[in-house]
Amino acid sequence: MNWLQTLRVAVRALTRNKLRSFLTTLGMVIGVSAVIAMVAIGDGAKARVEAAFAAMGSNMLIVLPGTSTAGGAMGGFGSMPTLTWDDLKAIQVELPTVRAAAAQLRATAQVMSEDQNWTTSVFGTSPEYFQIRTWPASHGEIFSQADVDGGTKVAVLGQTVADKLFGPNSSPVGQIVRVKNIPFAVIGILEKKGQSQWGQDYDDTVIVPVSTFQQKIQGGLKNVIAGSIAVSATGADATARAENQIRGLLRDRHRLAQGADDDFSIRNLSEIANAQQEGTRTLTTLLAAIAAVSLLVGGIGIMNIMLVSVTERTREIGLRMAVGAKPSDIRLQFLVEALTLAVMGGLIGVALGLAGAWRLATSFGWEVLYRPDVVLVAVLFSGLVGVVFGLYPAHKASQLDPIQALRFE
Amino acid sequence: MASAPLIFLDNVVKTYVMGDVSVHALRSVTLAVEQGEFTAIMGASGSGKSTLMNIVGCLDRPTSGRYLLDGQEVSRLSTEQLAEVRNRTIGFVFQSFNLLSRTDALENVELPLLYAGVGTAERHRRASESLAKVGLADRAHHHPNQMSGGQQQRVAIARALVSRPRVILADEPTGNLDSRTSVEVMALFQDLGRAGITVVLVTHEPDIAQYASRVVVMRDGRVLSDARQAPRVAELPPPGAAEPGEEVAR
Repeated sequence: MNWLQTLRVAVRALTRNKLRSFLTTLGMVIGVSAVIAMVAIGDGAKARVEAAFAAMGSNMLIVLPGTSTAGGAMGGFGSMPTLTWDDLKAIQVELPTVRAAAAQLRATAQVMSEDQNWTTSVFGTSPEYFQIRTWPASHGEIFSQADVDGGTKVAVLGQTVADKLFGPNSSPVGQIVRVKNIPFAVIGILEKKGQSQWGQDYDDTVIVPVSTFQQKIQGGLKNVIAGSIAVSATGADATARAENQIRGLLRDRHRLAQGADDDFSIRNLSEIANAQQEGTRTLTTLLAAIAAVSLLVGGIGIMNIMLVSVTERTREIGLRMAVGAKPSDIRLQFLVEALTLAVMGGLIGVALGLAGAWRLATSFGWEVLYRPDVVLVAVLFSGLVGVVFGLYPAHKASQLDPIQALRFE
Repeated sequence: MASAPLIFLDNVVKTYVMGDVSVHALRSVTLAVEQGEFTAIMGASGSGKSTLMNIVGCLDRPTSGRYLLDGQEVSRLSTEQLAEVRNRTIGFVFQSFNLLSRTDALENVELPLLYAGVGTAERHRRASESLAKVGLADRAHHHPNQMSGGQQQRVAIARALVSRPRVILADEPTGNLDSRTSVEVMALFQDLGRAGITVVLVTHEPDIAQYASRVVVMRDGRVLSDARQAPRVAELPPPGAAEPGEEVAR
């Protein structure tokens, strides 16, 4: 008998007991569909986390100045300005793992157009900042180094601010906004970045040249940076090295003794992203364990039914042997039956899982990511379960004595 | 006996060991059956006739002695090889028909060819031919539960014939049939004998044994008597006549 004929015989045998076959596959169906659905949803969530971190900036680190301590009260990050402009220059120039670095000074201020006003975060920075955050302008342009050098009164608006001050779908480039009553020419609107993971709106911002910021919006000491430094490492694998190099450089420059605490701190956003993904991985492992258990149970169910089937069909097996079926033919036949049951279960499970994921995603507004490789693995694995658990019943059937089997009532 | 016999059992012994007890099912049987012979094997239960049948049918191997089937020593073949011999050389007919339920007559008849690796078209053709031979060409797509006992047994005979075997082994083939259909089945067997197919029939009914050309009587694992006889001719009912026993269970 060839494979196709064996398969036909198997399908026929299974369709003779449709309800039983269906119930037997249920274990596989539930296992596989749960896995498929959860992986689709899990991967969707993971993709969303990745997108969120990508929105913050590429391979980004943030260097924050140190804390002040007054009478035992710690001031928190940035309360003592310890980063100087020379530090920034050194980071930009001396470190090979740093692609770009920019100071970011922040103030909360009221911004006004002709007839609207809006309170938002105003940042003072340099053109590198847009590169670090991979944040191009959707209209107009960003300011240049010449604007920073000359302290020109130009501003780049986030999409939210543009909408609030000028109305949606307006083109405010060339208009004037007033920040602390100082007029700034709007030269660009930034691309929409959306929300951070914590619900903070990235687009609710106005960005101006750092020199103008210091002169017109929020003054400060001349030599130190009254804010933080955003750094972009040269690659995803360079963030840890960049962090170490920056730490070493700043400790040198600040002449910190061995063992003394840093007077600054560095946040590695990639690490936070990795930690988040680690969480996803743990979840995936857990799901895999659940899948393994349910497939095991499904497999045992198949074995059970196959054993029942072998017993029920003892006479049939005896007859087949009498008319010339070899033990190997019988073994193959029952193995293919178990395999068919398992793979059918797997396929139904995949269909249900994908449908379930889609259903959950649409009703809860989650993202789903369908991965063909996971589907393939799920089907192959259910086939493997069928073979493993079908082997014993099939072997048992093949070892029947045709004389006894024919006499079996 | 000029040519070599088709079936030749030489001092065949079969002993079953069940725990401490040895059961001597066959205590040295020597038997030769020529091609085309219609042999009935008779005997009380426990006489060893079923064991003899199983050995002749290559379902079992003798404990000692030789069994030559069509000149080939088969008593020491492996299980797989025996399956092939059964498939090619032997057709079985059972008391309880042993048709696959929920499978139509044609497919039941095709079954041996499936294991012989015959292609689909050829299988259909030969199975239809075989069904026609037993007069059931019009019942090809009936399922066993839609047929009478006699019809079912004829399907079983068609199945036994489909692989063009040298030997048909029939184990109490009329045990579940009424006397009229029994005669029909016997008529079929006599036809086969005339066509050169060797028929070995196990029965405990002397009436049935009358149709054979030779009767072997077994007792206590030995051949008690072995006699050739002029077979009674199985008279078929006139063609076209109503067959009251057959039109049940539609």
